[in-house]
Amino acid sequence: MSDITRDDVAHLARLARLAVSDAELDVFSGQIDAIVDTVSKVGEIPDDVPPTAQVVPQTNVLRPDETEPSLPRDVALAGAPAAEEGRFRVPRILGEEL
Amino acid sequence: MNELIDLDAAELARRIHGREVSSVEVTRAHLERIDAVDGPAESGVHAFLHVDAEGALAAAEAADRAIADGTAASALAGVPIALKDNLTTTDMPTTCASRILEGWRPPYDATVVTRLRAAGLVPLGKTNLDEFAMGSSTENSAFGPSRNPWDLTRIPGGSGGGSSSAVAAGEAPLALGSDTGGSIRQPGAVTGTVGVKPTYGTVSRYGLVAFSSSLDQIGPCARSVLDAALLHEVIGGHDRNDQTSVSAPLPPVVEAALAGARGDLAGVRIGVVTEFSGEGYQPGVLAAFTDAVRALGELGAEVVEVSCPSFAYALPAYYLIAPSEASSNLARFDAMRYGLRVGDDGEHASDEVMSLTREAGFGAEVKRRIMIGTHALSAGSYDALYGKAQKARTLIVRDFTAAFETCDVLISPTTPTTAFPIGERADDPLAMYLADLCTIPSNLAGNAALSVPCGRSADDGLPVGLQVMAPALADDRAYRVAAAYEAAQGATTPRIPELRALEASR
Repeated sequence: MSDITRDDVAHLARLARLAVSDAELDVFSGQIDAIVDTVSKVGEIPDDVPPTAQVVPQTNVLRPDETEPSLPRDVALAGAPAAEEGRFRVPRILGEEL
Repeated sequence: MNELIDLDAAELARRIHGREVSSVEVTRAHLERIDAVDGPAESGVHAFLHVDAEGALAAAEAADRAIADGTAASALAGVPIALKDNLTTTDMPTTCASRILEGWRPPYDATVVTRLRAAGLVPLGKTNLDEFAMGSSTENSAFGPSRNPWDLTRIPGGSGGGSSSAVAAGEAPLALGSDTGGSIRQPGAVTGTVGVKPTYGTVSRYGLVAFSSSLDQIGPCARSVLDAALLHEVIGGHDRNDQTSVSAPLPPVVEAALAGARGDLAGVRIGVVTEFSGEGYQPGVLAAFTDAVRALGELGAEVVEVSCPSFAYALPAYYLIAPSEASSNLARFDAMRYGLRVGDDGEHASDEVMSLTREAGFGAEVKRRIMIGTHALSAGSYDALYGKAQKARTLIVRDFTAAFETCDVLISPTTPTTAFPIGERADDPLAMYLADLCTIPSNLAGNAALSVPCGRSADDGLPVGLQVMAPALADDRAYRVAAAYEAAQGATTPRIPELRALEASR
């Protein structure tokens, strides 16, 4: 197996900003271990093969640097969970411990 | 059942434009069909997450007026269509079948939606999918699965099972899907419908909620190859709002579908991918595929076997690349600008609100993939996992390049089995992933591929799909071969299954 432990999955969940429950960790750790084990088959591929990141044969798509209309503020804010004074209202950024 | 729902989009368009029937009548017939078979969510087809009857009838009236004035916007003006619910629409919610976006109204239309509206098509509503298009059955939808019209106890494929089941059930003659690993083609195969993944970059992704940006591709769902081609030409072509949009002209897919339907494949070389057979393939699927190979030979094609040994790496590479890109793309669901917010009580800081929101808003498969992607991209694993998956992608591209040196198109079963029972693979992600075995290589390489109905499996009577793969920007080749095969098959299978039990229970 790929040796992904329950603690590893808890760490991944923290990195990915997922407040997973203990019960989920029990299920996910086995599943993710099995999946990573399966996909690790790509390890057989020789190192000297070049990587492919994307398949579109073009680079540096440019356009004239011209000002264009953007989303009106009220439209941009219309889906916000909370808005105040024409801005997104967000929870405080720093935790108590800082 | 109203006979209008049984007609092709091309035939509906002919009648609408010939003033034999109005777009309003056609639209109303489909809305009535939706009323008759789609609900309730617990037992109906459940193809739709949202139906906009009022908007659809208004669009139909506008199409009728334009046709009366001689100013019809396109050949498909007045024809109804269903939209996968990961395409943004300003007049309907866009949820991606996720709690995190429940009820969200996007501030702009996807380019494909803009083009449909401009062409006078009539959007009926938004179709169900696996959450954020991650899955092969629609069982990962936060709002419950869609059901296969051929057997309501079975999956309609995924992720685009809402679009496939809507088209198969006669709730819409056309639909749009998105295909990242097979999410248009595999649902097409298991519902006896046509599904096309165009060449990567030839249909704009602007307004498609991103899952795996280097793989995602929007494409048509239909009941005939010609209908898919007609829709393909409406949505395709360069879009400056999508940086990966290809500027090359769209291949002549409608012309190819019409040419193919004449039934002559003389001079066409077709390669059977030998790797897509054997263990794990349902006997009835393989038998139907063998019949298709024979039929293609009878149409004049030269059929040869080709080996693509690196396709063995496609599934593992996909389940590294797609989760990696997803883990990055889905970071935008941060509870700040739109969508769900949980725990905003003055006590929790932003990162805690983010974690609580994502925990509450995402389903199990989305969480699994985000964590796998996070793992594959982390410093200790990047080279061994994500880096190697990108190398696998190179080998798969090389296999395709070599195969297309000797063959015009490649064929395989679209998926190894027919529709499996709802629940059968729900708790086994690896078993679920196998449904995408044959479709993934074309996403990784970016070439065109489609699924066309291939009769029914002798072991269970359920639809089988034939996959036709063509080189990048040669989508027309796949259309030609599929149209020829479709025409040769004739009307041996009813295209819309009986749903009498469901209708009677109303």
